[in-house]
Amino acid sequence: MSRTADTIMAPRILRLGSDDKPVVFAAGFVLLILLVGTGYTLYTQGSAPLLQPQYLLQQLQVGSFLGIVAAGLMVVILLGHIDLSVPWTLTAAAMMATAVGGPWAIPAGIGLGLLVGIVNGLGVAYLRVPSMIFTLGMNAVMRGLMVAHTGGFAPQTAATDLMQYLAVARIGGMIPVALLVWLAVSVAVVAILTRTTLGRGIYAIGNRERAAYLSGIDTNRVILIAFALSGAAAGLAGVLLAGYSTKAYQGMGDAYLLPAIAAVVIGGTNILGGRGRYIGTLVGVILIVLLNSVLSIMQMPEAGRQIIYGCVIISMLLVYGRGGRVTG
Amino acid sequence: MSDTVLPPAAAEPHEKTRRWGEGLSLRWLQHAGILGAIALFVVLYLFYQLNHPRGFTGQILIQNANEVFALALVSMAQTVPVLMAGLDLSVGAVMTLVGCIASHLVAGSPGEIALGIAACIVAGAACGFANGCVVVYGRIQPIIATLATSAIYMGLALILRPTPGGKVHEDLSWAVTSDLREFAATFGLFDNGEAAWLQPFAWIPVPLVLLAMIILLVWVPFTRSVTGRTVYAIGSSEGAAYMSGLPINRAKLAAFTLAGLFAGLGGLFLALQTSSGNADIPQAGAYTLNSIAAVVIGGTSLLGGTGSAIGSMIGAMVLRTISFNFRIFDVAPLLQPLFEGLVLLAAVSLGGLKLLRTKNKLEVFR
Repeated sequence: MSRTADTIMAPRILRLGSDDKPVVFAAGFVLLILLVGTGYTLYTQGSAPLLQPQYLLQQLQVGSFLGIVAAGLMVVILLGHIDLSVPWTLTAAAMMATAVGGPWAIPAGIGLGLLVGIVNGLGVAYLRVPSMIFTLGMNAVMRGLMVAHTGGFAPQTAATDLMQYLAVARIGGMIPVALLVWLAVSVAVVAILTRTTLGRGIYAIGNRERAAYLSGIDTNRVILIAFALSGAAAGLAGVLLAGYSTKAYQGMGDAYLLPAIAAVVIGGTNILGGRGRYIGTLVGVILIVLLNSVLSIMQMPEAGRQIIYGCVIISMLLVYGRGGRVTG
Repeated sequence: MSDTVLPPAAAEPHEKTRRWGEGLSLRWLQHAGILGAIALFVVLYLFYQLNHPRGFTGQILIQNANEVFALALVSMAQTVPVLMAGLDLSVGAVMTLVGCIASHLVAGSPGEIALGIAACIVAGAACGFANGCVVVYGRIQPIIATLATSAIYMGLALILRPTPGGKVHEDLSWAVTSDLREFAATFGLFDNGEAAWLQPFAWIPVPLVLLAMIILLVWVPFTRSVTGRTVYAIGSSEGAAYMSGLPINRAKLAAFTLAGLFAGLGGLFLALQTSSGNADIPQAGAYTLNSIAAVVIGGTSLLGGTGSAIGSMIGAMVLRTISFNFRIFDVAPLLQPLFEGLVLLAAVSLGGLKLLRTKNKLEVFR
């Protein structure tokens, strides 16, 4: 409200739409992290490894798994829903991909993620169970299935060569293939969100589902597809992660849910849905990954990391993520 | 939502007196969630006791009560923000942090113990208050604000307890995790628990007494206060609550503070029960997620406005009883998460049945 007044007063060049602000601030914070990290390494080691392309590409490669998860999650968050089944969808996809093996490994992993997503979508859209609780239940079910399948141990099966290639290989010794996969997913998500009726439907439902329904959007179908996309993205991330570590293991997805939500929200997507741009999520992922990396370079203990992590999320949101006052 | 508050008859002029049954059925409808949870709990728990080789003994009851207490309180904590259509992802972290504080402070002389317990309670409430400040004054969505603060609380807990350990006062630990007779005997009250008037109640586990006291002394007065009613009103329609001049900010701060207080009490008990503090991140996360499940099973709507902490307590008991039953029937531990998930999904999917009753399709959308 007052924000629009500010932007009108500002000179044309400095004018930031409310959707641009998160992207600019998050990108600025990424630079700040790099600067602080470089200052630290210059002080302690007298070198600046953080600014080398090799290091940055390495981070992007590690970040691509989180990035793919966040891309799928963002679609669901734009609806005003959330997908808490990501951790075990990812793990299950990784385990299935390694168990199936051969040329069908990757389709099996992504297909499993897609299936979980479809079940989530059916529950949320057609049964109208709150997504928070339904996806939580699906997470428990997938965990149960996988624990029963593996007997609670790390499965012995290994990732196929193609999976390892996608996750680890570098084209020309430089560009990680995983980064290209992330890029492809990003292009697909951007195309869906901005160029298709499905994408417009997703934003419309996030703003007001009643209005979307009355405008003739089959809201249940859109919700179903969005959850399916999120599941498939988690499945793809699982396949890649299994390729990266050459095998699947228990709990491999646990570290991806909360950072992915944080990345989406730091990127300016409204957690209540309806607003947000994909570029923001992209920057949010890079921010989270770099923050983690710089903190581990600084040998920050886990306790300090957690505190800094929380403070960063809150302070970023205080700058641009504040809701409006309720005035009736 | 409005149709559950106002019966159709209320909108019409009161020409005919309402029939006796209508008011009653409305009352039943309003409490359908919690009544369903109670019924589910009674069935599951009787089934458990009937099949337990040492069923219907005090020992089993005490053991069960101890296992249920922390989750019950964390679920009650979760209820308060959920009533406002928010969510508190930090309840597990607050519980863990207070548990770690307790493992440092609840030891020594009676005076020190009392101070330590007071410090724990204050710490829990303070964490909740901080959450409330971020939500109210920072105007950040509760789910994200508490996601961030939970990381901070876990960090603090890790500073206090980098490795599991610590010690709490053993007598106190024993007293609060057994029945009333032992409680009295430990502290030399009521002829060491042999007083005649105490005997009918002597078998009651202390955790259950504590739960009842917390509900009667904290929760019930809270819901009867203006602040408490405002919490419900915010969940139904924040705009309408604002226009009615209700103290919205105060209610939000109070709600998160109460959530912190409940979660802190749960952490204090957990520390007493395990005689140690443990900054276990997965455990904190599991408690938070289970608390959401318990809240839903207990009949509180995640959309806010209806439900109660008592229902969530029952929901927590249902969740725990399910795992008790697994133990009895020797379900392979590996299959337990699968069944827990399926039971949860089945329970919440039953809510989908109410779609069959809706007359207007628009009502299913928020």
